[in-house]
Amino acid sequence: MKMFEVVNDELDINKYHQMTVNEHQGAVCTFTGHVREWTKGTRTVHLEYEAYIPMAEKMLAQIGDEIEARWPGVITAIGHRIGKLEISDIAVVIVTSSPHRTDSYRANEYAVERLKEIVPIWKKEIWEDGEQWIGDSRKYHPSVEEK
Amino acid sequence: MEVKVFASIKEKIGSDTIDLFVGDSITAGELKSHIFVDYPELDGEVFQVAKNEAFVKDDEVLTSEDTIALIPPVSGG
Repeated sequence: MKMFEVVNDELDINKYHQMTVNEHQGAVCTFTGHVREWTKGTRTVHLEYEAYIPMAEKMLAQIGDEIEARWPGVITAIGHRIGKLEISDIAVVIVTSSPHRTDSYRANEYAVERLKEIVPIWKKEIWEDGEQWIGDSRKYHPSVEEK
Repeated sequence: MEVKVFASIKEKIGSDTIDLFVGDSITAGELKSHIFVDYPELDGEVFQVAKNEAFVKDDEVLTSEDTIALIPPVSGG
């Protein structure tokens, strides 16, 4: 089972949840990101996600490593779906578990922020009257670590 | 040298790879300059260069043995 993966089909939340549970963990925090119909008054009909899959999975695993370094003992699992997604579909699942709850909450928010900075996945919004690839309005975060 | 492209760049080019006629090795910075000369339609596009599935800086040397990709600003999640 892969703890960091990009998939073409519906995400199974329980699968990622179960991967983070063991006898040391007393808290599991699960975040799901969903397709939003309304963004600042514009109606989205559906979304299409594309990924550079091998690099995306490496970067997701890197986020897991960063979390382990910051919050030792936290276990992370992340799944991101690509392809055509409809309104309210789950695009991403991020699960973080820890011995006590605080670290799982903090690590979870960190994971989604980093995902939006360094993981090569792109979203295209399809509206009733057009479509557009969405780039991060912040462009690249200064903390992107280039080798 | 074959370069993988994605998302907005892929759509503008109409292909998921571009071929650049450069020597056996080139820096990532030189690669960027070549791309804008060979593909003027990409003028204004922002991207980073990835070598073997990791982001690299402009002084990184790329060879035809490496897997090279252009990474536009990401928007996952």
